[in-house]
Amino acid sequence: MLEIKGLKVQLEDEDKQILKGVDLKVEAGKVHAIMGPNGSGKSTLSYVLSGKDGYEVTEGSASLSGEDLLELDAEERAALGLFLAFQYPVEIPGVGNMTFLRTAVNAQRKARGEEEMSAKEFLQVVRAKAKTLKIDADMLKRPVNVGFSGGEKKRNEILQMAMLEPKMCILDETDSGLDVDAMKLVSEGVNALRDEGRGFLVITHYQRLLDHIKPDVVHIMADGRIIKTGGPELALEVEKNGYADILAEMA
Amino acid sequence: MAVPAQKLEATAARLDGMSLPVGGKWATEAREAALARVREMGLPARRDEYWKYTRPDTLTQADAPAAATFETGEAPLFDSFDRLKVVFVDGVFDPEQSDDLSGENLTIERFADVAAKDIHWAKELYGVLETNGQNPVERPLAALNTAFATDGIVIHATGKVSRPVNLIYRHKSETSDAILHHVIKLDEGAELTVMENGPAAARFNKSMEVDVADTAAFHHVRAQGRDHERRAVTHIFGRLGTESTFKSFTLTVNGRLTRNEAVLELTGDDAVAHVAGACLGDGDFHHDDTVFVTHDAVNCESRQVFKKVLRNGATGVFQGKILVQPGAQKTDGYQISQSLLLDEDSQFLAKPELEIYADDVACSHGSTSGAIDEDALFYLRARGVPKNIATDLLVLSFVAEAVDEIEDEALREEIITRLEGWLERHR
Repeated sequence: MLEIKGLKVQLEDEDKQILKGVDLKVEAGKVHAIMGPNGSGKSTLSYVLSGKDGYEVTEGSASLSGEDLLELDAEERAALGLFLAFQYPVEIPGVGNMTFLRTAVNAQRKARGEEEMSAKEFLQVVRAKAKTLKIDADMLKRPVNVGFSGGEKKRNEILQMAMLEPKMCILDETDSGLDVDAMKLVSEGVNALRDEGRGFLVITHYQRLLDHIKPDVVHIMADGRIIKTGGPELALEVEKNGYADILAEMA
Repeated sequence: MAVPAQKLEATAARLDGMSLPVGGKWATEAREAALARVREMGLPARRDEYWKYTRPDTLTQADAPAAATFETGEAPLFDSFDRLKVVFVDGVFDPEQSDDLSGENLTIERFADVAAKDIHWAKELYGVLETNGQNPVERPLAALNTAFATDGIVIHATGKVSRPVNLIYRHKSETSDAILHHVIKLDEGAELTVMENGPAAARFNKSMEVDVADTAAFHHVRAQGRDHERRAVTHIFGRLGTESTFKSFTLTVNGRLTRNEAVLELTGDDAVAHVAGACLGDGDFHHDDTVFVTHDAVNCESRQVFKKVLRNGATGVFQGKILVQPGAQKTDGYQISQSLLLDEDSQFLAKPELEIYADDVACSHGSTSGAIDEDALFYLRARGVPKNIATDLLVLSFVAEAVDEIEDEALREEIITRLEGWLERHR
């Protein structure tokens, strides 16, 4: 599904290497987690994959279902089935959440040559999905993320994911700013989307999210590289001993 | 400050070629007085502080610069609304295209007819609110309008007027030079909505004097025609009584030069005045909102909300003032002017001012210029929204605070549809 080979990335406006050769392969139906200390390049990886400006890929490749991601604009990557749940979802005053969702769903459908969703159909689907995430009608009507609590913003991300039905979901520190109940709710939303045809890349600092979203594979990232890969037990090890041991082991 | 002799001479030379329209006794008196005001003040010149950001020469010169008419191919604005249509073609009332000038709780007359009478109630307002509005800042083009206007509409609302009045300004001649003057009077408790739309003329000088009596409510929504080369200077003079409401919104897209002045005086306690505007400028476009709100009573609220979207070298200007007079306690004044600059060639010039002579007031003002929010743009694109549509959404998001000042939902939707249409054509 998602295949990253030898990816090296630096910031466009300063000569600073952030990713120093990342290799990663996420298969359909699997959940991969990336953990790592601050500044290891985890968020950069998510931005580079989803097409944010400001980064320069100096070497390597990234593809989704065999298509070269790095050649595509952000919206084309989305239409191809890539989804990034933002660490900090952006507030957009003056644009209703529903308008935003419908514009996104139909833009992707159009890009894929599919029929657009009618207003009626859209409303039915969005209401049903919102209900399972405990998103009320008022949140749907309000401007995108404006006045939303941290938990509401993250639930709204998962709602977008549910509506867009991507092939490959990247969750960038979705647990940050969430209390225990909100984390559970968000995780349930993610788990409901786990599917044989869908891959997940869960970026997190903490093991606790992985109690709810159980990963198949755990990677440890440090200084722009994946330095260790293992099963769920690796996350438990980090939780117990911190990153120091692993970093020392690799040095 | 003494007016420079050169300016007065230039004004006298300009006025020499003009003769006052013939009318009845009251109108002749009002026009003569207005002409005297123009002579005394002198027409605006480039060095005037109040015209620092906008060149007045094409507005004051003898001949109107030619302006081609522009067919948009869209359905006319407000077409689906139940309204009383009053049509002017190149600044002349057209009874054929207009509806019958009558309505419930309403007397409505053509200004040309009113001015021909020896006596008319319009005398109480015509040129009167304009004269009040000349102090402390002079507005010579408004006095010029009072002196030379021959047409317009005179409205007296005596109660709740359910059917809005729609003033429609058609532009046919490429060299038309139109002056219109409207007088609107709302009795105590009356309610009236006035819509205005259309480019009007190659050059348009329009004044509107609105007297809103106690507890009356006046709503105003206008869209200033899409002709690319048209020029306009407009003035709204509003006087607000106790517990009255005055709300005005203006949409401006295209037009080479537009100067919209709003001069509002809150004279009764607990009055509410909102004046808002959104403009979209692409290329050779200069848009100036000049607003002066005077609080002269207790516990009044005023809001000024102006949003400008500019690109390809377009210029936006905002001069906004809140003046709180001694004794106008508990004033709640708010002013925001913002521009969204879509490229580096466009510019926004803002001069926000507060002048406060009371000690128990809350006044705030803010002015910003910025580019499209890259984070928001990426967020939308990462959800699959193409860049051009995402940009449009963010532009609509930017102007929303101004558009939301339109209370009536149907009118608001109508304006938003226009904005969307313009954005689609200017991608």
